[in-house]
Amino acid sequence: MLAHRQQKLAVVLFIVLGSALAVGLVLFALDEGINVFFTPTEVAEGAVPGNQNFRIGGMVKMGSVVKDGLEGAEVNFMATDFCNDVLVSYSGPLPDLFREGQGVVADGFIDDSGTFQANQILAKHDENYMSAEVKASLDAADGRDVEVCSQ
Amino acid sequence: MIPELGNFALVLALSLSLLLGVLPMLGVYRNNHLLMSLSRPLCAGIWVFMLVSFGCLAHAFLTDDFSVAYVARNSNTLLPEIYKFTAVWGGHEGSLLLWVLMVASWTYAVSLFSRNLPLDILARVLSVMGIISVSFLLFMLLTSNPFDRLMLNTPSEGTDLNPLLQDFGLIVHPPFLYMGYVGFSVAYSFAIAALLTGKLDGAWARWTRPWTNLAWAFLTIGIALGSWWAYYELGWGGWWFWDPTENVAFMPWLVGTALIHSLAVTEKRGVFKSWTVLLAIAAFSLSLLGTFIIRSGLITSVHAFAVDPERGMVLLTILLIVIGASLFLYALRAPVVKGTASYTITSREVFLLINNILLVVSTAGILLGTLYPLIHEAINGESNMVSVGPPYFNTIFLPLMALLTVFLTIGSIARWKNTSVDYLKNQLFKVAIASVVLGIIVPLAVTGEVNVAIMLAVALALWIVLGIARDIWEKTSNKVSRINGLKSLSLSYYGMQIAHLGMAVIILGICLTSHYSIERDVRLAPGESIEIGKYEFVFEGVTRQPGPNYEADAGEVSVLRNGEAYLTLYPEKRSYFATGSVQTEADIDVGFFRDLFAALGDPRADGAWVVRLHVKPFVFWIWLGAFLMAGGGVTAILDKRYRVRQQRTEHVESVSQAGDLPLPENA
Repeated sequence: MLAHRQQKLAVVLFIVLGSALAVGLVLFALDEGINVFFTPTEVAEGAVPGNQNFRIGGMVKMGSVVKDGLEGAEVNFMATDFCNDVLVSYSGPLPDLFREGQGVVADGFIDDSGTFQANQILAKHDENYMSAEVKASLDAADGRDVEVCSQ
Repeated sequence: MIPELGNFALVLALSLSLLLGVLPMLGVYRNNHLLMSLSRPLCAGIWVFMLVSFGCLAHAFLTDDFSVAYVARNSNTLLPEIYKFTAVWGGHEGSLLLWVLMVASWTYAVSLFSRNLPLDILARVLSVMGIISVSFLLFMLLTSNPFDRLMLNTPSEGTDLNPLLQDFGLIVHPPFLYMGYVGFSVAYSFAIAALLTGKLDGAWARWTRPWTNLAWAFLTIGIALGSWWAYYELGWGGWWFWDPTENVAFMPWLVGTALIHSLAVTEKRGVFKSWTVLLAIAAFSLSLLGTFIIRSGLITSVHAFAVDPERGMVLLTILLIVIGASLFLYALRAPVVKGTASYTITSREVFLLINNILLVVSTAGILLGTLYPLIHEAINGESNMVSVGPPYFNTIFLPLMALLTVFLTIGSIARWKNTSVDYLKNQLFKVAIASVVLGIIVPLAVTGEVNVAIMLAVALALWIVLGIARDIWEKTSNKVSRINGLKSLSLSYYGMQIAHLGMAVIILGICLTSHYSIERDVRLAPGESIEIGKYEFVFEGVTRQPGPNYEADAGEVSVLRNGEAYLTLYPEKRSYFATGSVQTEADIDVGFFRDLFAALGDPRADGAWVVRLHVKPFVFWIWLGAFLMAGGGVTAILDKRYRVRQQRTEHVESVSQAGDLPLPENA
């Protein structure tokens, strides 16, 4: 009967070890893999802790895209929730559906000059689809009264 | 008229599915042969009507019938014929139709190829599949009917198919993926049938295995094609993003992988039975969860079709019923079936258990990461969104896979029931030494630098490959000749080794391409060039060129190797007439050892363009490995023991019916 007990023990032991490994890895990974999302207004209010990667969402402000006169593949534009704007700087090819007056989600950090340095501009893949981040930004801005916005 | 026929065929298919879900099951409990044997013709009927329905929708697309709302939204008169056909599954409603057509096809296939299955079990299996068809047909007819008409104001022109989907990758990717997703419904139905009968034996596992392998192979190809499509069509040269879409297809794959290994144990040794059943339930539930997450638009993703809360609610209901009912049944019946065969701590059973734990743990980690944004939002409110990025998934997934690879070789060399530690040492000691030594020396000799990740990957890949070689050498050594020995090995053995070889190829592909790819985003004026490794990319400029339903900015990039003319890449930026949307078409020179990739970004002043250029070594190996894996799965199905007649199966059955009788060696 030793074999039987041994195999039960093996099963239990492996499952315990497996779960422990999983929990450990998850705790460790959650620490570095999560990007928090902020709206342009929150960024303007200084709600963003420094030196941290995060996501912003909003609309590309009309007339704000600047390509010429910059270094290499760089491009600058304003992300807005129609309440506050954030200057975004990105180097690289833009997604096909990136357009002025359309939604945009960017991943990156705020540098010392207050510019949002994007590592990645997230593409959307359907004309009619608005990503949850952009929607949240606009909704949040909608809920605020005009005085906060006009500051 | 024809769209109405399609709709009518859908309703007929629904009615027949309803009968299939009820009558044979009733027959089982009334012991009525007639009702049970109704299952086969019903399956054929459902399949035919689904085919008719699918044909009607295809006809509407090919004849530009824009009075059908779905056609008007996803097609256009200018769309090339082939894309008009593939547009059938280019949107939500049509892809759901394809989904149900595949359920019907699998059901029909089971009814055709399970001649030696006892009638009462077949009736149960097909009934469960009938219920699955019913729920999805109802979902389609109630919330997303592809045949809905725009009778009053028929548009004269359609909106067009999303340009991203006007591509060969889309022709093949969804059908394969769905075949895999839906294929797990067969394993699920077998599991439910087994729980209902309470007979979970080796024979049950042997019936389930080929179907599971086949579904798994389809899913493997489907995911690989999706990754390949992302690589060249989403434009920017990435092949895996840990996007929720990818994750929800990957989770059933991981659990499916665990399932095919655990089924092997259940077939050969009659243990892990209730665990196998649980995996079969989990694989299909995760497939449904994937459908729900993507279709409800809950998570920002490539495949999020326009959001419709009603659809989400119906899908969630189906999902909860499937999971809830099957777990309830499981809780009632699983304690009845117990494996009693014994095995020791170094048996193959235990190594496969480790395989299962690692795969399930990584699935759980990915599931948590995928759902975390939803959970976080539910707790902290809508404006507190988070996203979980690749670092999280890599941290969880890669160490677990490295560990899995270590056990892969040991497990495939270990023997059932009991393997002596000496045997393992004898077989694997040299293999281990050789993999570690070569794993350090080869990368060092080739690149001249110490890179631990690369060395680890090469060592792990060698560990698999040398382990396979060692095992085949060992297994052929007692035969008259090596050739004879090779012939005597079974196809399921070859299948296993081919799939494992695929794993080694993927490890190398992923690791080498991740570390040695060079990626440059540069602004280049015509005539300017940039050097990347031993290649020099010269931007020759961009010209306007017409296409069938678009106009393209066609770029020309000449590539020089070691200073000599080598090849030319033609990346394009297309503007589609119908929607005005812009689509980047990368041009890739595919090679066995490296891909050269060029994509046009956006135009800048003076005819200059932002251009993305990649040199990606070994990226082809990722897909090659996936195809080897799928090929291994299919090879294993061809093994003749799945085709033996009833007499032989009964013999094996009596040996492995551990649920009813203790095995002799256990006494």
